Parts: sequence; structure tokens; C-alpha cells
Amino acid sequence: MAKKNLQRLDLIFKNEQDGEQILTKTFKRSNQDIVNDLIISGLKGRGGAGYPTGLKWKLASEAEGDFKYVICNADEGEPGTFKDREILSQVPVKVLIGMAVCAKVIGAHEGYIYLRGEYKFLVEPLTEIIDDFHVLLNKIGFDFRVKIFLGSGAYICGEESALFESMEGHRGEPRNKPPFPTQAGYRKMPTVINNVETLAHTYSIFKYGPDKFKDLGVQDSRGSKVFSVSGDTPIPGIYELEFGMSLQKFVEDFGDGDAKAVQVGGASGFCVPRKKFENTKIGYQGKLTGVSLPTGGSMMIFNSSRSMYNVLHNYLEFFVEESCGQCTPCRVGTQQLLLGIEAVKKGEKSSEYLEKLLGLAENMRVTAKCGLGQSVANSFSSIVENFKEEMIY
Amino acid sequence: MSKINLTIDHIQVSVDKGATILEAAKKLNIKIPTLCYHEDLCVAGNCRVCVVEQMGSDRLVPSCATPASEGMEILTNSLKVRNARKSVIELLVSEHRAECTRCYKNGVCELQHLSSEYLIGEDGLIDLVALKNYTIDYFSPSIIKDDSKCIRCQRCVRSCDQLQNIGALSVAYKGEKMKIASFFEKPMYEVVCTNCGQCVNRCPTGALIERNYIDEVWSAINNPQKHLVVQTAPAVRIALGEALGMESGNIVTGRMVAALRRLGFDSVLDTDFTADLTIIEEGNELLQRLKGALVDKDPEVKLPMTTSCSPGWIKYIEHMYPQLLPNVSTAKSPQQMFGALVKTYYANKIKVDPEDIVSVSIMPCTAKKYEANRPEMHSSGYKDVDLVLTTRELARMIEQAGIDFKALENEEFDSFMGVSSGAAVIFGATGGVMEAALRTAYEIVTGREVPFDGLNITPVRGMDEVKEAAIKIENPLPEWSFLDGVELKTCVAHGLANAKKVMDSVVNGKAQYHFIEIMACPGGCLGGGGQPIPTNMEIRKRRTEAIYREDEGMPIRKSHENPEVVKLYEEFLKKPLGHKSHELLHTTYTPRNRY
Ligand SMILES: Cc1cc2nc3c(=O)[nH]c(=O)nc-3n(C[C@H](O)[C@H](O)[C@H](O)COP(=O)(O)O)c2cc1C
Ligand code: SF4
Ligand code: SF4
Ligand code: SF4
Ligand code: SF4
Ligand code: FES
Repeated sequence: MAKKNLQRLDLIFKNEQDGEQILTKTFKRSNQDIVNDLIISGLKGRGGAGYPTGLKWKLASEAEGDFKYVICNADEGEPGTFKDREILSQVPVKVLIGMAVCAKVIGAHEGYIYLRGEYKFLVEPLTEIIDDFHVLLNKIGFDFRVKIFLGSGAYICGEESALFESMEGHRGEPRNKPPFPTQAGYRKMPTVINNVETLAHTYSIFKYGPDKFKDLGVQDSRGSKVFSVSGDTPIPGIYELEFGMSLQKFVEDFGDGDAKAVQVGGASGFCVPRKKFENTKIGYQGKLTGVSLPTGGSMMIFNSSRSMYNVLHNYLEFFVEESCGQCTPCRVGTQQLLLGIEAVKKGEKSSEYLEKLLGLAENMRVTAKCGLGQSVANSFSSIVENFKEEMIY
Repeated sequence: MSKINLTIDHIQVSVDKGATILEAAKKLNIKIPTLCYHEDLCVAGNCRVCVVEQMGSDRLVPSCATPASEGMEILTNSLKVRNARKSVIELLVSEHRAECTRCYKNGVCELQHLSSEYLIGEDGLIDLVALKNYTIDYFSPSIIKDDSKCIRCQRCVRSCDQLQNIGALSVAYKGEKMKIASFFEKPMYEVVCTNCGQCVNRCPTGALIERNYIDEVWSAINNPQKHLVVQTAPAVRIALGEALGMESGNIVTGRMVAALRRLGFDSVLDTDFTADLTIIEEGNELLQRLKGALVDKDPEVKLPMTTSCSPGWIKYIEHMYPQLLPNVSTAKSPQQMFGALVKTYYANKIKVDPEDIVSVSIMPCTAKKYEANRPEMHSSGYKDVDLVLTTRELARMIEQAGIDFKALENEEFDSFMGVSSGAAVIFGATGGVMEAALRTAYEIVTGREVPFDGLNITPVRGMDEVKEAAIKIENPLPEWSFLDGVELKTCVAHGLANAKKVMDSVVNGKAQYHFIEIMACPGGCLGGGGQPIPTNMEIRKRRTEAIYREDEGMPIRKSHENPEVVKLYEEFLKKPLGHKSHELLHTTYTPRNRY
């Protein structure tokens, strides 16, 4: 196959040796300047909800609490994604610098990396790097310690409040919001929780300034993002791409020439059919892009040999099992959606039943307690609406 | 306190900072349906039936878990809200073994009520029940746990954890398999569960219910061979009315007696009688222990002594602090003292073969069902108490019999074992046993009444979690001269979470009490697991007021002045802690494991 000229970037994984310098430089700046830079840069969380990172740090810095915490979310539970693992393996110092600067801004002295259980093999190398980093922090005279917390394996524990519960030794069940983590997070104290990639990006902003970052991407989706490309592609793997790329361009670069749909954002994301490739840009949900990027950056390409019914069926099975089970819409709703499409497929329910299921999915979206249950409707509705015949016949 | 202004359904309302939308709506008398919410428990926000629309927010918000904020505009009855609510109820019903006509909670079930209000029909979702492997645990003599009726609201989990600090129930598994489980999913009677029924009292559905013995009682009543004796606990008479359409806080003693006679009980007697007896035995035991510890310096004598009338508490300490069992008074609970006397002394008195007596008790408590079934409770040579009904079950029987409870004329208990003092009545409230014991013990020791206005020992009353009181003994009678100047230190706790605090301080030596009263249930027996549903602080306070009103109105206020108790000692027991007492009125305990 001819080598394609991919439109990709190399910011995140660029191995830079100036960690100490950037850290020292940034620590000399005022907290307000740091926060302002982040806000100007337009950086939004790369872990799911897409919350503006500068604003998150600002709120936590203003919140009152006896202790404050910085937590790096490295639970990476979305099937088929492993970009956080790669970032932590290749450029962990960028993440640690992000955590330390955050700690300085909000006034924290303890930080945690909540590491997905399956990434246990990273504990040893990471611990070494953290130890070195602590030496560096001592040198600049900042009292901040990072520890690794090994996760339990449940997908839901990646949700920030379930993650806190799990760290506190409880069952990983999401909490009600408000209060948000910046007010009451880990141990009910003000906490900043950021995704691995988000923290790594802050490094680039500290180094190159907010404008360089803002120059990348479009409108409300700035900078670059690491994607895990999988499915019907000759070149699966992880790629850093600039926001704003159209899906048409994306499938031209990554597809096998027969793409009929792209699932953007994994099981919790949206399915975009071929006819919408041209008008869909990759980015956060907004006026321009039309597609949200709710989770870890999974991009799955399906060619015309795939049954979208099977695709949806797999996603629903995943949700039925990975829902924490505490809230009604998600625990029961996911089961109903799964059995519902099976019944329609088998002819036990008429095709009109799909309408009822679409209504149910919408009700789940507006009533579920956390992002998991709320986002089931994304894949469900986009697949059912765009591939209705495949659901029935 | 700063105020928050918001509108709900376009009506202005102002609430304290921190109040939830649900509380704000209540202020406007707007009812928002709830299921996982319970006033006594921390907010869970998991059923999602209480969602409302917040203007400007695409998603709905749970009103029970969302604090009101300034300028908020809330809609509780928009189309979006109604659709979502109905959808949530429909989902719950779809995983629920809905067989209301055969369900114990039929008519008093919160899920059923909502389902009917929202007209959940046949043409709904797929029935998931057939696909589930639900278990029903009916092995316990007190509590039945039916997972097929569970809506996973976790009220039970929070009751057991927060009010009782036990954690006998917790959430297991995730996703579709998520369920409420006991330790290793063992039957309830094999785990650390105390049978207190606080979970039962708060379960909105038929998933946790008391094991009912209504039909057994009916068939005994209809058996002409049998002489039916019934005893009624102090806390029943101030709450029974609630289950029969009356306001909380009504004293219905006389009507209850009349109803029991109408139901067909042959002897309608009063547990209050043995409550007075408990005070004599337990009070004397305390004094004996004080003497053993202070005068004889006997290392075998353990202080502080704790009360023993709450069977939930007994099961709890057997599991959690088995090393402290020697500190528990050996006096049986009033129910079991009564049972032991009914089939001995009373049988003899009324010339009925104890074999032919069926001894029934009406209790505010589910743990009493377990207690009656303890193997050691056969002091009379028979099962001392045959059948235990909760307040709720009695109400159900009264309804079944077609009795118009409110229209009944007051009647008096039968005698013998029907007379009691005000000291016995207050057994139903937290602090009551302590107060009753002090009224008697102080008088035994000094020959004078307790130095409190109107005999009301107010420091041990009320809903504070842990209450302490000290009485200094001055100028005792010669026999008790060793107590001269001793400050008798007492402590009262209700709810096992509070009991734990007290017992931990006993274990680590921080607390120097002589006498501790523990009731397993919040507020004491009046908040028992067998009491009418619903319960909340407001209701428990009204029940408490009723109890103290009843006490004030009694001609006799002190246990040792109960003439029938005095006569019982003369005729039968001879003296407190005597041979007969030990045989019939005292018991032993069984150390158990925590897991
Ligand atoms: C079901 C669920 C799973 C999640 N899993 C992850 C995860 O594995 N890693 C992650 O960074 N964020 C995850 N999130 C998002 C987090 O809740 C949170 O928004 C994020 O860590 C915040 O960091 P950010 O602002 O840097 O994105 C998950 C959210 C949900 C609802
Ligand atoms: S939406 Fe699902 S995962 Fe989230 S709290 Fe509810 S049941 Fe748990
Ligand atoms: S628990 Fe409620 S809804 Fe379920 S069968 Fe019983 S009465 Fe009906
Ligand atoms: S009966 Fe009491 S101890 Fe047993 S599970 Fe219920 S609340 Fe817990
Ligand atoms: S047993 Fe009752 S209280 Fe407990 S979760 Fe189920 S329905 Fe709720
Ligand atoms: S009552 Fe509010 S979520 Fe259950």
C-alpha cells in the first residue's frame, strides 16, 4: 500500500529534555498568569467532559479546604484506547510537570496518578521517574508529592467521582453533582482531576505559550488530540491530529477506501455515516463541529462489510456490564435497549418499537446520574437513526 | 442564615442556603415523587424519579440531591419531566416481579403507588424478571428479603450503615447484576444482622419485610382448645393509631385493649407489667454489681452494666463486642420475662395447662421475633413466647376483623399482669429504662425519691445521640453506706451507630460509667423496626411526647410501687435475684463472630 502523507502532529510525544527549565520558569510566574494562559489557550479536558482546564484550576484555587489534591486520571478504560498509557510511558515528565504546576496554582501538596489496574507494569518505571521528579521539586523548594494509586479494573472508576470513592476505599459509584470536584473531590476536599493527556498539553502551553496552542484547531476545539484509530483501517494505531479535521479527510487518510461509518469517541460517542463525513469536523460538540468527542479519543472505522447492528449490540453489552448499576435509567435502561434491539431483529417486536427505544435513550440521557448512562444515547441514537434498516432486517 | 430565592412552577419561594429543590418544593406544598430519598438518611440520588427541569439546563436534575441556588427556575411538571419520570418508573417495574395482589406490601408500597399514579400499562418495556435469577431469603424468623421486589434504592444499605453502623447489607456486583446482598450472600440469619428492622421500616417495596405470623395467630385464636394470652409492649400504644388512619402522637391504649378483646384474645395483658419487673431485677442487679465491685472488689463483677431489653442490641453486642457480654445485665427483656411467667405463674393462677396456652406478643420490633425463637427462651419448659407480631401486623389484623378502630370505647387490661406504672410506659422511649431504673434504684438506696422535679429525669430524655447523667448519692440507708458520696454515672444511647460510640469508649477505657442504656433503634422502641411506616424525626418526636404524657397521667410512676409486681414477689418470686428469678427471668448470651 502506498504510504499516505498523514496530516499529523508530533507535539505530545516529542521527547523534550527541558523539563527542569520549563518547571523553574513556570514556577516563577504568578498563579493568575498561569491560569490566564490556560484559559487563553482554549485547552479543554481530554478525558471526556471537555471542561476548560484553566477554569477548572481557577475554581480549585479559589475553593476553600484544609487540603487540596491534584489527581491525574490514568484509568483509561475505554475499549481500544491506550493513548494515556503511551503518554505515561514515553513522556511522563510532561504529565508530572502539569501536576506540579497545578498543585502550585491551587495550593496542593499531594497528588495521585490513578493508574488503570492493567497498567501495573508501569508502576515500577513510573515510580523511578516520580522519585527523580521529587528531587527536582526539592531543588526548587516546592512541597509536593505524587503517589500512584492502582485502580480496581471497573470502567466506571474512570468517572471522576467514582474514582474518588474508589480511592477512599468505597465502592466505585459516581456521586451527585454538585458539588463538583473543584469544591469537594477526593476526601471531600477541593480537587483538580485531569486526564493524562490534558496534563501533558499544559506542558506545551507552559513552554510555547498559549497562542501557539490556540493556533491549532478551530473555534471551541483548540490544539491537538491523540486518537486511537482502529477498525477497518490498514494503519491502526495512535495518532496526534489537529482538531477541526473533517471526517472526509480522516477516512481518506486512515480508511480502507470503503468506510461507511466512523464511530467517534468510542462506545459513548457518536456514529457518523458516510453521507455526513464532509460536513463533520472532529472536535468538541459545538456549533461548528457537530460531533462531540466524549471519551478517550477512539476513532473506529467501519467498512461496508460491517453490520451496524452488531456494532451497537457490542456497545450495549459493554454498557449493560459496565454500568455501576446504582441508577435506574442506566442499570435498567441499558438492558432494555439491548434486549429491545434483539427483539426487533428477531421480529418479536415491530420496528415501531425502535421509536420507543429512542425515546428511552433520550430519557436516559436527561436522567442518568453520570456520564456513562447519559451518553448511551449518543451511540444508540446515532446508529439506530442512521442505520435503521440494519436494525430491522 | 442567608436566603436563596428561586421559583418552582413559576411560584416564588425563599429557602435557607443548602436546602434542596425537593425541600423548597415541599415548602410550596408541591409534591415531587421520590423513592430513594428518606428523611432519616443521607441523600443517594440514585432512583432518579425525583428529576425536575431546571431552566437553562438540557439535562434534568434530581431534586433530592440538588441544592437550590439563587434565581433558579424549576419546573416539576413539564412534559419533559413527566416523560422522564414515567420512563424511570416503567424501567423499575420492568425488572420488578410485580405481583401486587399477592404481595405483603400491597396497598402500602411506594413503587406500586407511583406505578398507579403514572398509569404504567401492559404495553411497556420487555419484562426482565424471567431473565433474572432472583433469590428470596425466607430463612430468618424475623425478616424476609426478596430480591425480586428490590428497586436498588439502597435505603436499606444506608439504614444499616448510617443508623446502625453495621453494614449487614451492601451493594454487590455492577451493571445488570447489581444487587443488595448480605456478607457473601449468606442468609440474613447467618450474618451480623441484628434483626432490628430499620431497613424493613424504610424499604419502599416488598423487598424487605417482616416475617408475619398473622395467620398463625388467627388459627390459634380459632382453636377452642387454646387459651390465647397477649401482651403489648409500651411503644405499641402510642403508634398503633398511625397504622389505622390516625395522626401520630395519639395514645390509643384503651382502644388497643378493646380491639385485642374483639379479635378474640382470652387474656389481654401488658408487657409494661414485666417492664416494671425488669426494673426491679435489673436495678437490684446493678446495686449488687456496685457492691461487688466497690466493696468486695471482685474482679469477676463487670461494670459498667448495660441494659438488656433490646434484642437488636443483644445480637449486636454478641457479634461486635463479645468480650463485653459479661457487662450486659442478665435480666431478660420484658417480653421474655412475660413469656416465662405466663406459662408458669399465670397458667397456675388461671388454672390452665401451660400446654394449652398460646402466648402472643405485640411488639414495635422485628428483633423480638428472633428473640422469641432463641433456643434459651424456654424457661417455662415450653416456648415462652409463641408468636410475635409487630405493631403493623396488629393493625392489619384489626383491619381484617372489620373493626372501626377509631370508634372503639376504651377498655382496661385484664388483671393479673395487666397493671403497670409510668416507669414502664417510658421504656418505649430512649432514656426510659434508665429513668425508670434510677427512680427505683435511688429510692432503694436512699429511701427518698430521685431529686428531680416531678420524678422527670430530663437529662436522659430527648433525641441527642448520646446522653449522660450523673446522680450523686447522699445519706444512703445504712445497708448502702458504701455508696455514700458516690456519683452514679450513666449513659444512654439509641441507634446502634451511637451504641458503637459508647462501647468503643468503654473498650478503650475513656468512659467511666456505671450504667448504660442502649436501645438498638433510633429514638428507642418507639422508632422500632416493627412500627408503622413511615418514620422520621418529626413522627418519633410526637411518639415520644405521647409516651411522656402517658407516664405523667399514670397514678403510679415507680416500678417498685406496682402493686401487682409487689404481689408477684410475695406470692411467687419471693425476692429480686432470687432462685425463681434466676430460673425464669434471667438469661445467658452467646458470643458470635462478626463475619
Ligand atoms: C464512565 C466514565 C468513564 C470515564 N473514564 C475516564 C478515563 O478513563 N480517563 C479519564 O481521564 N477520564 C475519564 N472520564 C472522565 C472523567 O470523569 C473526568 O471528566 C476527567 O478525568 C476530567 O479530566 P479532564 O478535564 O482533563 O478531561 C470518564 C467519565 C465517565 C463518565
Ligand atoms: S449512569 Fe450508570 S454508571 Fe452512572 S451512576 Fe448511573 S448506573 Fe452508575
Ligand atoms: S413490592 Fe410493591 S409493586 Fe412490588 S409486588 Fe409488592 S406491592 Fe406490588
Ligand atoms: S435488620 Fe437491622 S441489622 Fe439487619 S440488615 Fe436491617 S438494618 Fe441491618
Ligand atoms: S431492599 Fe428495599 S430498601 Fe433495600 S434497595 Fe431494595 S427496595 Fe431499596
Ligand atoms: S428520590 Fe431523588 S434520585 Fe431518588
